[in-house]
Amino acid sequence: MSRSRSKNKGARLDVRKTYKMLMGGAFVRSESGRALDVEGPGGKWLGYVCRASRKDFRNAVVAARKAVAGWSNTTAYLKGQILYRAAEMLEGRASGFREVLQSTGLSSAVAQAEVSAATDLLVYYAGWSDKFLQIFGSVNPVSSPHFNFSVTEPMGVVAYVAGEKRPLLDLVAGLAPIVVGGNAVITLSTGRAAVAAMELGEVLATADFPPGVINLLCGLREELVGQMATHMDVNALVTQAGDSKETAMCRQACALNLKRFFPRESISKGDEDPYRILDTMEIKTTWHPVGG
Amino acid sequence: MTKTKIATKGLDWSYAPAPESADHFQLKGQYGLFIGGKFFPASSGKRFPTINPATEKILAHVAEAGAKDVDQAVRAARVAYEKVWRKMPGRERGKYLYRIARILQERARELAVVESMDGGKPIRESRDVDIPLAAAHFFYHAGWADKLGYAFPGKMVQPLGVVGQIIPWNFPLLMVAWKVAPALACGNTVVLKPAETTPLTALLFAEICQEAGLPDGVFNCITGAGATGAALVNHAGLDKVAFTGSTDVGKAIQKSLAGRSTKLTLELGGKAANIIFEDAAIDQAVEGIINGIFFNQGHVCCAGSRLLVQESVEKEVVAKLKARMAHLIVGDPLDKNTDIGAINSKGQRDRIRDYLKFGQEEGAELFQTSCSIPQKGYFIRPSFFTKVAQSHRIVQEEIFGPVLAIQSFRTLDEALEKANNTPYGLSGGVWTDKGAKIFKVTRGIKAGVIWANTFNKFDPSSPFGGYKESGYGREGGRHGLRAYLECL
Repeated sequence: MSRSRSKNKGARLDVRKTYKMLMGGAFVRSESGRALDVEGPGGKWLGYVCRASRKDFRNAVVAARKAVAGWSNTTAYLKGQILYRAAEMLEGRASGFREVLQSTGLSSAVAQAEVSAATDLLVYYAGWSDKFLQIFGSVNPVSSPHFNFSVTEPMGVVAYVAGEKRPLLDLVAGLAPIVVGGNAVITLSTGRAAVAAMELGEVLATADFPPGVINLLCGLREELVGQMATHMDVNALVTQAGDSKETAMCRQACALNLKRFFPRESISKGDEDPYRILDTMEIKTTWHPVGG
Repeated sequence: MTKTKIATKGLDWSYAPAPESADHFQLKGQYGLFIGGKFFPASSGKRFPTINPATEKILAHVAEAGAKDVDQAVRAARVAYEKVWRKMPGRERGKYLYRIARILQERARELAVVESMDGGKPIRESRDVDIPLAAAHFFYHAGWADKLGYAFPGKMVQPLGVVGQIIPWNFPLLMVAWKVAPALACGNTVVLKPAETTPLTALLFAEICQEAGLPDGVFNCITGAGATGAALVNHAGLDKVAFTGSTDVGKAIQKSLAGRSTKLTLELGGKAANIIFEDAAIDQAVEGIINGIFFNQGHVCCAGSRLLVQESVEKEVVAKLKARMAHLIVGDPLDKNTDIGAINSKGQRDRIRDYLKFGQEEGAELFQTSCSIPQKGYFIRPSFFTKVAQSHRIVQEEIFGPVLAIQSFRTLDEALEKANNTPYGLSGGVWTDKGAKIFKVTRGIKAGVIWANTFNKFDPSSPFGGYKESGYGREGGRHGLRAYLECL
């Protein structure tokens, strides 16, 4: 570990970055005051990130819950534009993200591909914003004099645990379909992926998401997943790259308030999949008489 | 037979008994387990009686399936899935379902009478709602069997395999249809466990599968109580479990499936609010309240068991409700005049009585009609509570009986706040003549089915299912198919 070494080739001392979590629209450290060292390949020190506590997660749930009503009632057109703006912000910082991803061990080509894919994925889900309801909703031909239709509605607060193999892409692939549906999300990034996640926070914070719609935590998976699964005010849990033990634990714990649980495999072919949006949506069916 | 007397100002209206006859069919004394296309006694030889809750008389004895029987049923379903059903073209699968739908229609009268005898529901409801809807569910899903490729755009679909299904006693045959029709249409095979108090129409349904020539093992029916259900859920050979019943049992099932890849959908309890605004058509709304809570003795997961009435019309609504309730006839389920039949079982009757007690102990005021009820059998008079607080058990917990909790509100926001303040989210109702308000309220209620200016309507093309602790997954419509398909 070489945290004391600073790149001080010339006369100017470089300015290091403090990585903070995004919560309720603000950049915060863990309330616990704890931090984690993040090392790159070969033991190169990348910096400190927060080690989020269970209390941080609870605070994030409060922030997310506050944001749900406003975000779910935001027009689909505006939600799409905000996601698109996130893509614009990411594109503008592509070279910076490439460097960050390379510092965590990705090759130059892989890092480049990942930043491009993450950006394109935001554009992809931005485009679904005002279309998925037309695919997933329906008008139902009931055999009585009623008008009957089914629409999607966001579940509310969704927790998402990202994998580490694709530090940026896993996070974007998880949160984009969740928020485009009108949910608020609390994500957890771990290991080296936390650095890219905290960088992404700076992109998302400037994309016009209302405060609390996206909350990015980082910390230790085994410390927080159980809390995410048992929290009574979380409506759904999506996990990426969990092992079978964790998945079994989550399924059992989610029974507490019947939060919806979607375990996903680590590397997914299906990043572009509107049915991911549907996962964290409910279907509501409304009846009304037809008559004079 | 006694005449039902209705108290009406200055007039003595009496209804002569109008019983539906039960002489056009013969129940067997005993029913076996339906496994691999044939009926067998339980391997343990155990059986249990199913009784008529209106007379407390035994209707028949039914086999009690143990773990060994469950295993045989799951194996039969697996063989049928691998060798026959998954390979069969959807068009042919669909034709079997059409056949079943037709037989349900042809044997409708028998099925309706048995349903009312075994479960206690009024013949008018089993005749006009349960049985026709069950047939409609098969007819609807039959047509899907060869069109599944169109259900989920962009996805390839395939069946899940062997499905274990557990259904409740409130709509015995209709729940068979809700569960079995989509499962079979999607190419799965089924092991079904009906409720222990209402197994008869499920067993008649097994006979109907024989009549239809349904290949052996595609549908299997194992009767028994909780232990049989647990044996089914815990069988490693299931690809999917579908459960309709209480939230507690649903949670227990999810826990017991943790660590297995078995899929699960749950249709659980509810505590729906029926919200009446001052600008509603009050008389229609009162009919809606009556239908919402007294339909099927209140044994309805989506029952409108809470009434939220705007303060300005509270007195009027409560007065009209009392007047309307006085006309409800409680009694013989087989009588065509009966509005409210027998409570499904002694256990459920006692549970409802407990809640009537809890409500009063917690300070709410009970109103019950003074109608006559039969000496024999399990009956509860139509009831409601006023002076109710949001925290009361009768507001938060599902009673599953003819007991309504009435609260008032002043503003729309307050109504929504109260409506959503339970762990459940199955259904809801709103009554107002203002279109914009309807949309605001139907959007604001966190529940899967919302009835606006109507209540308790069902249709095979209409997705049904809950938010929050009312479970997950939908039944009916295109959305319901997803519960029985793998989307690739």
